[in-house]
Amino acid sequence: MPPSDRASLWNALSAANNLSGRFFAGAHGTVRLSGIFKGSCLGGRTEELSGRSVLIVTTDPLAAAMAAIELDGIARRLVLYPAELALEHVPYVMASVPTDAIVSDRSALGVEHPAVGPYVRCGASFVPGSFVRRAQQPTEWILLTSGTTGRPKMVVHTLASLTGAITADNTPASRVVWSTFYDIRRYGGLQIFLRAILTRASLVLTNTTEPTAQFLMRAGAYGVTHISGTPSHWRRALMSPYARKIQPQYVRLSGEIADQGILDHLRALYPGAKVAHAFASTEAGVALDVGDGLAGFPATLIDKRSGDVEMKVEGGSLRIRSPRTAARYIGPNAPEIADADGFVDTGDMLELRGGRYYFVGRRDGVINVGGQKVHPEEVEGVINRHPHVRMSLVRPRRNPLTGALVVADVVLENGADAANGRAAKLEDEILQLCRGVLPRYKVPASIHFVNELAVAATGKIVRRDA
Amino acid sequence: MSIRSEVITQINRVASEQDKRLAPLSDSLALLDSGLDSLCLAIVVARLEDELGIDPFSTAEEAGPPVTLGEFIRLYEDAAK
Repeated sequence: MPPSDRASLWNALSAANNLSGRFFAGAHGTVRLSGIFKGSCLGGRTEELSGRSVLIVTTDPLAAAMAAIELDGIARRLVLYPAELALEHVPYVMASVPTDAIVSDRSALGVEHPAVGPYVRCGASFVPGSFVRRAQQPTEWILLTSGTTGRPKMVVHTLASLTGAITADNTPASRVVWSTFYDIRRYGGLQIFLRAILTRASLVLTNTTEPTAQFLMRAGAYGVTHISGTPSHWRRALMSPYARKIQPQYVRLSGEIADQGILDHLRALYPGAKVAHAFASTEAGVALDVGDGLAGFPATLIDKRSGDVEMKVEGGSLRIRSPRTAARYIGPNAPEIADADGFVDTGDMLELRGGRYYFVGRRDGVINVGGQKVHPEEVEGVINRHPHVRMSLVRPRRNPLTGALVVADVVLENGADAANGRAAKLEDEILQLCRGVLPRYKVPASIHFVNELAVAATGKIVRRDA
Repeated sequence: MSIRSEVITQINRVASEQDKRLAPLSDSLALLDSGLDSLCLAIVVARLEDELGIDPFSTAEEAGPPVTLGEFIRLYEDAAK
């Protein structure tokens, strides 16, 4: 594929000489890609969004996918609002990233937000018509990722940085149908969406409310050949009797540490499939692809330039320099993404054992619950609001299904309270407080009352698990 | 308390804490159809480790994960032997 075909998604689809037979399937309907030449999923209002900074916030991921295809190269900026992010953050996002249009499949967002220019309804079906679309500018893609305060961080990418890991020469010898457990508004899912477009494949999407069994049955019915998810997505799938409904040739894991157990289980269930695990982050981009069936990765990959990605280990954490890293954070007090040499510190800690590096957790104590990041400080902030709590420490507890769970050690104002039979009531109150404001995966699975927490000379709580 | 009843107790407790409606529990019920999502099941496994002192998932890596409630209970019963 010549590089100009990557000027926009529209260019890529126009350059693919044959779209017939290619489809994007969602939980609520299917779109044939050939329809994009004869209609619009934005009701033909693409022109109105030309040059604008557009927030795409939809219930149906397929509607967001189709809007992104129509707007890439047309809009100045696309802000992708993920499914699991509460809509209450919309005003913060719009204040941080100047926004002058909203695209949604809802008639209204149901949350107070600043006035914008056009509010355009989108959907996963075409309004017939002939619409001229020509890539006018490289669109900025803004991805939202979790921040320490519970508010999202906004990361700026371009189509070029997002698609750097997608090789063009793999023109499929046979029909490829991609699928992913991820939301395509998240980095891991977006990779699969873009891969499907650029490698002339079809795509099967799911959403947050679709039961695993139904998704696996649909994926099987569409003949999915390539499929990606986090190790936790896969552990859940393996617990479904419908895991055998799909017969993939390629199974990909990312977003969490892939241990040997999950790799072995997948190889046993799908003997014909290549099982690979990848390391990528929203900021650092796709860096590693490991296809040897073993956890971790060969130490020889470090300090050696492979393609356009350079990796090094400094202070125990993985650092990456590549054209796939994000350009910058956007918003108030945004820190730099890369250091002066252009390396992004992933914060993911590595341990060298027997010639391989293994991921062992995060330096900043971020807890990965089934691929969803939890910043301990955010949860501690909520727990500490309880009038009887003096301080708290939120830490990970290993879990065989979700990788980790969140648990909390809590010091009470009056230590005697825990002992004199009030512990159960206080635990309940603290959990209610958390459930009221935090998504479920951030709510501690258990609370332990302790007499004290270690505080370092810096005045910070000592995070032993970090 | 038998292992079976401990498992059922924890399933009921987590379902009520997490506001999930449980399907009628039987050995042939697929875990993912029970009304518990993977976060709920993860919490059940953690609670059972606290109560029974065993985590059969980490010790029995060879077997695939349990699909039905009956297989789930048997995993714990076997690990306790």
